[in-house]
Amino acid sequence: MGKLARQFFAGQEHLGRLNDPSMARPKESWNSRIGVILAVSGSAVGLGNFLRFPGQAAQYGGGAFMLAYFVAFLLIGLPICWAEWTMGRRAGQHGFNSCPGIFAYITRHPVGMYLGAIGIVIPVVVYMYYVYIEAWCLGYSVNFLRGEMAFPTAGDAGAFWEKFIGNSENGAAVGFGLKEVGIYLLVAFVLNFYLIYRGLAKGIELFCKFAMPTLIVLAMVVLVRVLTLGSPDETNPHNSVANGLGFMWNPSKVMVQEAEEGTYGSRRWVNIEELVGADLIAAKRAEMDGSETRRVVTITVWQQLRNPQLWLAAAGQIFFSLSVGFGILMTYSSYLSKSDDVVLSGLAATSTNEFCEVGLGGLITVPAGFAFLGVAGVAGQGTFALGFKVLPMVFSNMPAGQFFGFLFFFLLFLAAVTSSLSMVQPGIAFLEETMEINRKQSVAILGVITAFGTGFVVYFSKDSKALDTFDFWVGTFLIFILATIQIITFAWVLGLDEGFKEAHQGAAIRIPRIYRVIMKYICPLFLITVFLLWVVVNVFGYSFETGETNVSGYIMDLVGKDSNIVAQMSIGLIVILGVFVALVISRVKRYNDLVFKPKGMPIAD
Amino acid sequence: MTAGGWIILLVSVSLVTSLFIWCVYKVFSIPGETEHLHGVEFQTPDEKTEED
Repeated sequence: MGKLARQFFAGQEHLGRLNDPSMARPKESWNSRIGVILAVSGSAVGLGNFLRFPGQAAQYGGGAFMLAYFVAFLLIGLPICWAEWTMGRRAGQHGFNSCPGIFAYITRHPVGMYLGAIGIVIPVVVYMYYVYIEAWCLGYSVNFLRGEMAFPTAGDAGAFWEKFIGNSENGAAVGFGLKEVGIYLLVAFVLNFYLIYRGLAKGIELFCKFAMPTLIVLAMVVLVRVLTLGSPDETNPHNSVANGLGFMWNPSKVMVQEAEEGTYGSRRWVNIEELVGADLIAAKRAEMDGSETRRVVTITVWQQLRNPQLWLAAAGQIFFSLSVGFGILMTYSSYLSKSDDVVLSGLAATSTNEFCEVGLGGLITVPAGFAFLGVAGVAGQGTFALGFKVLPMVFSNMPAGQFFGFLFFFLLFLAAVTSSLSMVQPGIAFLEETMEINRKQSVAILGVITAFGTGFVVYFSKDSKALDTFDFWVGTFLIFILATIQIITFAWVLGLDEGFKEAHQGAAIRIPRIYRVIMKYICPLFLITVFLLWVVVNVFGYSFETGETNVSGYIMDLVGKDSNIVAQMSIGLIVILGVFVALVISRVKRYNDLVFKPKGMPIAD
Repeated sequence: MTAGGWIILLVSVSLVTSLFIWCVYKVFSIPGETEHLHGVEFQTPDEKTEED
């Protein structure tokens, strides 16, 4: 570490080789187009496809949500995806593989260079908790394989999960038994860094080439099992796969509403229960006929589309699902050569993700949960509750459930590894690019940093406070910021003419012309609107349904008399990491030459 | 599940599956595509660096 410290604090002199293009290190590269597409798809396909997407679609109503989802896909997902691929490849030709370097090269402005730091902070911090969730998946798959996951009720499954992740008190998750998370975390962590150490082609690409087809096959096997479940509880025939599909995909929602007396004699109707299934709806209508306090109403797809939170949820899902706004795609595409296609590759990676999300994830999770637990068991469940409380109970109660439970959680583990790998590479690229160190050293440094962060998340496990805080402020808030910066940089700083010319270099297909308008105006406006809505709803706690405002718990955790020390420390860690990255950036002569050199002077490539 | 639900399900799944298959077809069918590929990297990056 002494050498590294000297290199860093000595300022410019160690940068000799880095600043001299003729002596630049051998350029890492992908081995094949299929490889890079599978690696990017792997980055995008993760837990969100199989757990978050079904939960969101079910909560907001299938038809309405899917409409907003596809609009967001076309107006946000694809444009940012193409912008990231294009800018990454452009800067990569000149030896810039990390987000700060890429932004410095594209913008030629110090603000751009420092904003690029967000593209390092996001993947590194998200990795710190994502690898922990990855370990849950591995732990569940191993225990299903051992036949140790028998849960008669969802409550039993929930109790196991709470113990497994140490939800009751800080430090409770630390343990290395087969029913504890420690051993699985160690395996997941070492696997990630071993593959990263092997490099792009022999590590990430090779793993994704096997893992991606494998997880698709596993998902198809589980899908067939779920779709053939029928109605497993004969005493409750409403709980069936068909009704589960209806709960998720029906365009209109049928709700039981209850009258609630407000102030000054006002009255409003509050949703209390969703009904699925023609028989059940008819019975409820008959039961409530004539009632003045309860009624059954149908909420149409158009009424649902008037809810801003639905659009927010759909746009958010597209972000998290496609891995746009993480800075990952830029780093991956920076290893392409000038003649490598980015337009078709970007679309292919995106379509793989969409196939896994809508075509597989959308048909597995919610129908399976509904078939055993009905509406009450799956409605309003969060991502983790659906995945680690509801589904384990479901698998443990279906025929051959231990085997299918193992398959499902193993496919989740594979999906998580292909995603977490992509979160490590930007940090590795940044360290190697800025500190002139080799792969062993960069892996060691990032390994220590992320091990500390993951240890922090694992130790402060009470109510998953550290994980939750990281996820909210970095895994959501900063992603909105970076995605907005990326599309504005592409369309307004690089410029549409130059950006499209660059994108079409070596392209197998062309970006439709309509995307000139979308990328210049619609996408940034859409993003900014969604971001403002997100702040209003999730930070200031405004409800569009009731009109009430309750400041978010994430804010209350940080300020005020009920603040939470773990949440505050989590923010402190994020800030320290951001300052460290900014400090490193400020010392890199090559970046500074780019952003402070007078316009018109040639840039050393 | 209502008729509308089936339509949305089938349209959504068909759309993403068709796009996925079309992309796979395009990627595999472009002539000379393999000529765009880089050489196989048999070494880890620091092995290459040390040799250089």
